[in-house]
Amino acid sequence: MPINILMPALSPTMTEGNLAKWRKNEGDPVSSGDVIAEIETDKATMEVEAVDEGVLGRIVVPEGAEGVAVNSIIGVLLVDGEDPSALGTGPAEVSNGHGAAPAAPAAAAPVAAVREEAPESETVRQTVREALRDAMAEEMRRDETVFLMGEEVAEYQGAYKVSQGLLEEFGPRRVVDTPITEHGFTGLGVGAAFAGLRPIVEFMTFNFAMQAMDQLINSAAKSLYMSGGQISAPMVFRGPNGAAARVAAQHSQNFTSWFAHVPGLKVIAPYSAADAKGLLKSAIRDPNPVVFLENEILYGASFDVPAGVDFTVPIGEARICRAGADVTIAALSIAVGHALEAAELLAGEGVDAEVIDLRTVRPLDTRTLVESVRKTGRLVSVEEGWPFAGIGAELAAVMMEQAFDWLDAPVVRVTAADVPLPYAANLERLALPQVEDVVRAARDVLYKS
Amino acid sequence: MNGGAAPSDGDPAELLAFYREMLLIRRFEERAGQLYGMGLIGGFCHLYIGQEAVVVGMQASAGPKDALITSYRDHGHMLACGMDPKGVMAELTGRRSGYSKGKGGSMHMFSRDRNFFGGHGIVGAQVPIGTGIAFAQKYRGDGGVTAAYMGDGALNQGQVHEALNLAALWSLPIVFVIENNRYGMGTSVERASALPELHRVAEPFGMPSAQTDGMDVVAVRDAGRIAMEHCRAGDGPYVLEALTYRYRGHSMSDPAKYRSKEEVAEMRAEHDPIQNLRTRLITIGAADEESLKEIDRDIRTVVADAAEFAQNSPEPDPEELLTDVLVEA
Repeated sequence: MPINILMPALSPTMTEGNLAKWRKNEGDPVSSGDVIAEIETDKATMEVEAVDEGVLGRIVVPEGAEGVAVNSIIGVLLVDGEDPSALGTGPAEVSNGHGAAPAAPAAAAPVAAVREEAPESETVRQTVREALRDAMAEEMRRDETVFLMGEEVAEYQGAYKVSQGLLEEFGPRRVVDTPITEHGFTGLGVGAAFAGLRPIVEFMTFNFAMQAMDQLINSAAKSLYMSGGQISAPMVFRGPNGAAARVAAQHSQNFTSWFAHVPGLKVIAPYSAADAKGLLKSAIRDPNPVVFLENEILYGASFDVPAGVDFTVPIGEARICRAGADVTIAALSIAVGHALEAAELLAGEGVDAEVIDLRTVRPLDTRTLVESVRKTGRLVSVEEGWPFAGIGAELAAVMMEQAFDWLDAPVVRVTAADVPLPYAANLERLALPQVEDVVRAARDVLYKS
Repeated sequence: MNGGAAPSDGDPAELLAFYREMLLIRRFEERAGQLYGMGLIGGFCHLYIGQEAVVVGMQASAGPKDALITSYRDHGHMLACGMDPKGVMAELTGRRSGYSKGKGGSMHMFSRDRNFFGGHGIVGAQVPIGTGIAFAQKYRGDGGVTAAYMGDGALNQGQVHEALNLAALWSLPIVFVIENNRYGMGTSVERASALPELHRVAEPFGMPSAQTDGMDVVAVRDAGRIAMEHCRAGDGPYVLEALTYRYRGHSMSDPAKYRSKEEVAEMRAEHDPIQNLRTRLITIGAADEESLKEIDRDIRTVVADAAEFAQNSPEPDPEELLTDVLVEA
C-alpha cells in the first residue's frame, strides 16, 4: 500500500513551511535515511530524511511551494514493488504508515485581525522577527557603541533567526557569539554598559536568564541607585519569554511579573511587529536597563510596520487597539491576540469591548487604563503568566487605588493555570489562557450568562 | 614565588609613597572600626587591615585609563585609587556627602572619575562585570586594563569561572587579582577549594598566572607590573594571586574563632606590610624615625578630618529616597 509523505514539523512552533527542494525525482528509489527534500522553516532550512524504503511514486507538492501546512501530503512513496498505476491522480488513499509521529503541534499564532490605527505614513508588511532584526540593525548603524551578544546570535544567525544577517553587516566585533554561559555573559554585558557601551544581551529564551538573575537584579537594576546616580547600565536584555509550544515546564515560563517587580528595570512585552520594532529601538536608546520580552509564537506573525529609520514607539505608553464602551480588556504580548479575537466574538453578542495592549509593563501606563475603566466600568486582564502576584493582580490593585468609584464589577483576571506548564497537548491548552476564557471573563464582569 | 624577578627596592620616593598610602588605609580602617563601634556606621563593614600591600602594590602600575573593581572589602581600593577619604567615610556613615549620597554604604561605592566601578556586595559578581569593563576597553581599543579583585572565597563561585573563560576566550585586558587571605568568612581555603594553589585556576583557561607575597608591597608591585604589562601588550588576561592576611574578622560582627590568636599574632609580628616597609625605609636610608613620624602625623590628621567630616555631614535629604532609580531620558 503506498505511503503518504507528510510535511513534517521541524520545530516546536512550526505550523507551515516552504518546500525548498526535492532531492529525489519521481521514480527514484528511496532508502530509509536518504535525504528526500529540503524544507525551509522560518528558522532554518532543514533536510528531510526518508523513514521508509520504496520508490518516490509522485510528488504532490512541487518544489518552491510556500506555506505548506504541517501534516499535509507532499508526496507518495510506492513500497514493495508497487506499480505507479496504483496511484490515482490525487494523494494515495492510504493510512499514514509513514510515521508514527503524533500530530504536529497546533501552535497557530493567534493573530487576530488587528485594527491598526490609520497609518500616518507608508508601512511595510513584516514579521515580528524581521522587525526586531531591523530595529537592532538600524540602531547599530546609528550608534557604534551598540553591540549584540548571546548564544548563536552570529554565525548561526540566531537560534530563532532574529539576528539573521547582522554578523554579515556588522562583523564579529559587534555581533558576538558567546558560549553557553548566561551568568558570565550577562555580568560581562553589565560591565560593558557600566563602561559606556550599549549591549543588547540576547537570551536564547528567558528561561535561561534564571542563571543570570543575580547580575540582572543585583548589578544591572540597582547600581544606579547604589552609586548615587554615578553608574548606569544602558542595556537591553531580550529574547523569547513564556510558552512556546509543547516544550513543557522548564522552557515555558513567563517572567513578566518577576522583572516588573524590580525597581530600576524597565519591562516591555510587545505584541505587534510595529511595536516590537519601535519599542526595541527606544529600549536600545534608553539610558536604563530594559528587559524586552518577546514571544516565540509571534515571531512569524506579520503586521504593518511604519517605514523609515526614525520610527520609534515611546516606552511607557499603552495602546488602545480597539475602542469600545462596555468592558476594558487589558492584555500584553501574545494575549493581545486572544483579547482581540474575544472582542470580535463579543461584538457578535452585542458587547462593545475596548482592548488595550499594555506594551510596556514597567513603567505601567495607568492613565490609559484608568481612563478606559472610567468609561467602561469593567476590567478583564489577560496574560500568559501565573495568577499569583501577576500582572493582573497589579492591574486589580491599580483599579482599587485609582478607579474604585468607577468600577461596576470586580476585576477578573485571565491567566495561565497555577501549575507548571504540562507537556500533553490537551493539558497545555487547558493551562494557557484561551480566547473563550476571555469571552467568559468579559461576560462575568458584565453579569451576562 | 614565581612572580617574576626578585623584588628590588627601586626608587625611595616610590617606597615612601607606598608607606603613606598603606598607612592611610590602615588608619582609615581603624577609625572606621571605631565609628562602627560607636554606632555611626551600620550594616556590614569589612575592614582591609593587613591586606594593604595588595592594592597599593598593584596601583603602582595603573594608569589613568585603567579601571578597578572589587568586592565589598573595598575601602582600601578606593583610597588607593585616589578617592577622597572624606567622601568614603561619609558614605560609611550614610551621609549625603558620601560617594553614593549615602545610598550605597560600605559595600557599594563607585567613582566614575577614578574609574572605580565598585564596591559589589555579592561574592564574585564583580568578576564578570570587570570582564565586561575589559571588553569595553578592548572594543574601543583605548589601551586600558582592568584589575578585578576577588577574595579566595569568590573563586568557588560559578560566575567567576564563567568570566575567566570569557576573558581568555576573547583575550581581554584584565588582571584577575586573587587576594588570598586564607579564609572565606570562617572557612579556610583548604576546606573550600579542591586546589588550594588558587592562581592555578588560570591553567584550564590557558592563562598565565603567578603567586606573590601579598604582605610585601614591593613584591606585589613587581608581580603586578608583569601582569599589567602582559594585558597592556594585548596578550590577554592574567591571574595574580597575592598571599595575604586580614587581621580583623570577616566583618565587624565576626569573632574569628576559626583561627588561633597565635596565628594572627605571628602574622602581625613577622609579616606586617607597613612595619616591614618602615624597617626597610630606615635600613636603606630613605627615611628616618622623625620623617616617618611626620608622615604618621599627617595621616592621622587626614583620617581625623575624614571622620569629623563624616560625622558632621547631614543625612540624605528625604527626597533622595526616590531619586536615582532610573536615569531620566
